[in-house]
Amino acid sequence: MEEINYLKAERSQAWREDLRKKIKNKDRTGLRRVKMNEVDARERITSYVEVNSGLTKEQAQIEASRCIDCPNPTCITGCPVEINIPKFIKRIEQGDFLEAAKVLKETSTLPAVCGRVCPQEKQCEANCFYTLKLKKDPVAIGYLERFAADYEQASGEISIPEINEKNGIKVGCIGSGPAGLTFAGEMAKMGYEVTVFEALHEIGGVLKYGIPEFRLPNHIVDVEIDALKRMGVQFETNFIVGKTAAIEDLKEEGFKAFFAGSGAGLPRFMGIPGENYLGILSSNEYLTRINLMQAAEHDSDTPVVSGKNVMVIGGGNTAMDSVRTAKRLGAKRAMIVYRRSMDEMPARIEEIEHAKEEGIEFMTLANPIEYFADKNGRVNQVKIQKMELGEPDASGRRRPVPIEGSEEIIEAETVVVSVGVSPNPIVPDSLPDLETTKWGTIVVNPHSLQSSIPEMFAGGDIVRGGATVILAMGDGRRAAQAMHKYLKNNKA
Amino acid sequence: MDIFKFYDTFVRFINTNDFCWQKHKIKISFEYPLIMFKIVNKEFFSENVVKLEIHAPRIAKARRAGHFVILKIGDKGERFPLTIAGADREKGTITLVVQKVGVSSRKLSALEVGDSITDLVGPLGQATHIQHKGTILACGGGVGVAPLLPIVEAYKKAGNRVITVIAARSKDLIILEDQIRSFSDELIVMTDDGSHGQKGLVTEGMEAAIAKEKIDEAIIIGPAVMMKFAALTTKKHNIPTMASLNTIMVDGTGMCGACRITVAGKTKFVCVDGPEFDAHEVDFDEMLLRLNGYKEIEKAAESNYLKTNNDSCQIPS
Repeated sequence: MEEINYLKAERSQAWREDLRKKIKNKDRTGLRRVKMNEVDARERITSYVEVNSGLTKEQAQIEASRCIDCPNPTCITGCPVEINIPKFIKRIEQGDFLEAAKVLKETSTLPAVCGRVCPQEKQCEANCFYTLKLKKDPVAIGYLERFAADYEQASGEISIPEINEKNGIKVGCIGSGPAGLTFAGEMAKMGYEVTVFEALHEIGGVLKYGIPEFRLPNHIVDVEIDALKRMGVQFETNFIVGKTAAIEDLKEEGFKAFFAGSGAGLPRFMGIPGENYLGILSSNEYLTRINLMQAAEHDSDTPVVSGKNVMVIGGGNTAMDSVRTAKRLGAKRAMIVYRRSMDEMPARIEEIEHAKEEGIEFMTLANPIEYFADKNGRVNQVKIQKMELGEPDASGRRRPVPIEGSEEIIEAETVVVSVGVSPNPIVPDSLPDLETTKWGTIVVNPHSLQSSIPEMFAGGDIVRGGATVILAMGDGRRAAQAMHKYLKNNKA
Repeated sequence: MDIFKFYDTFVRFINTNDFCWQKHKIKISFEYPLIMFKIVNKEFFSENVVKLEIHAPRIAKARRAGHFVILKIGDKGERFPLTIAGADREKGTITLVVQKVGVSSRKLSALEVGDSITDLVGPLGQATHIQHKGTILACGGGVGVAPLLPIVEAYKKAGNRVITVIAARSKDLIILEDQIRSFSDELIVMTDDGSHGQKGLVTEGMEAAIAKEKIDEAIIIGPAVMMKFAALTTKKHNIPTMASLNTIMVDGTGMCGACRITVAGKTKFVCVDGPEFDAHEVDFDEMLLRLNGYKEIEKAAESNYLKTNNDSCQIPS
């Protein structure tokens, strides 16, 4: 209720009212949704250039004017971090782009990242008035978010949110992925001394090792991380909590509470014959070599092998990232093999479209059942079995059923297995009292994200299994608020 | 802080136009003070084998026998594993022994006292399960003797009788002989060419030890092919045996599966499930095959490295 009154008060500010009066709603809703500027498919597969090149100022302002500034903005409820969407969009319409970016930062730690990788079609944009009531294309909230964040980054006038006076309380954050970074930002704003512990040599988690440059350039992530550093967040790379030091050691060093955002980084394999032949690797390994270790660059010491025929098993965003990376590494034939049909594919529609434009082949209703290798043990052929869709399973999706006698052999010298990930066990293993599920995820109170160990909070993929960047960020934000409450009560 | 002012100026400088960094793909990276892993001592065992003592107090405190670390040398360096050969908690240092076999090991060997290792993370893997067992047969081949040392020491301190077999191609590749001897009840040294100790392979030394007395458990560390035959030897005599595996790794935290091997028919990740496994259950042929996965690229990279870097013998005369 308080929230709604607050939104109403903001909406009735003079500048918002003026903007609303300027253009009639009929004219606003008559405009067509903007199309994102893109690099041509033939050109972009020769490099790692970002595919989406962003909106121009003019495009952004016209798109912003489509938003009718609803009295009851339903879009906000679709956003896991509850960005004040109409407010930032109206700032764009007004032409005050830096102010728009500030609005984003009120609740979102990584707007330039979210504007790129969020599945907006399932979140804010699914709840837009245009989608719900007008049955028209929603306002391009994601594009506008990205525009405002990029504009701010490029202006060099990067704002830092207001920070409360330091309270001298030390808290630790395990993992520097989207959940951890958001948590760290929120706690820093509330005046805590936050240290983020990261196992790898770079900050960012999946944003760095997983999502490729052509979808999320690393320098975009680095600028957001620098903003956190300027807010006083400390980062310790090459530090594995539970290995380099135990939670107990850190408590002795004065840490009062912890947030585990250590993710779901363990790749699953299928356990089919020949899966350990050379040339068969997990999408995590493939993408880590390319994105984190820059294996494709000539001066990098990390090698990567990528054949002329590359097969990627799976239909999620990671599979799309892998197959599109293979194309950029020079694959003649880059294929997706997915056991369900196109409709069930969990990857974002935009990514599937981009992949198609780039010449990726889709083999749906197919599943590998065996690998064959040459005399050196390097994979050269994959036996594929065709599938048909049967009855819906527990997840509500129709279960793929193998068709007997439908096997065929396909040539492939590189196979990337992208069939899912499991939670990282290092933190749970180091804490015997921590309650976990049989899948290895940490059990938390769904509201406070507090685990069975009171001073340990958790969020993101370590709680959810493999989920999305924005859900992880939402968790980071909620955990920060809950931890703040917990620490306040405990001191009293 | 001045450092931030400088950073802001820098960002403004490269952004004179909207989004210019996207056009020119300028990578912004900014070095904040890092924890440095400084080399405090360096010693050559031979032309190609170097012992380094590195300042890493947290790892020195947390590590146990059997643990390893992942290193990265330079911005463009690769991540690679090395088993910890020892540590000094008081000094806050760990000891690594590296043999020059490719670009990264050459880069590491070329670092001098006072230089720092860019990235060092650990301790990783499961520690050796040390118990009082009776008589232990510890076998090390080549630089595998370095990670064997803390294990021999731990077994001895747990009250076991320890018989150690160390083996190498020739005399100058036998390392840490005196240190190994100080924790072993018996030491057998084998060289391929007979230039030191007895002439023959590690398995011959093992057979000699097994013939003399009852062995309760064995541990083997060395090149994959040596471990394969050492495992066959103990299997013949039904001696429970652990092998510490050295596969290709990238992250070392279970994230990628580059290090996967088959143990008792199941896929295991060496970095988190190991590095030690029941040697009689390991598919060594598959492991040997996977170790050679990047051989051609590695060889080309090494010869390229040697062309541009003077890597002549650096033993002080």
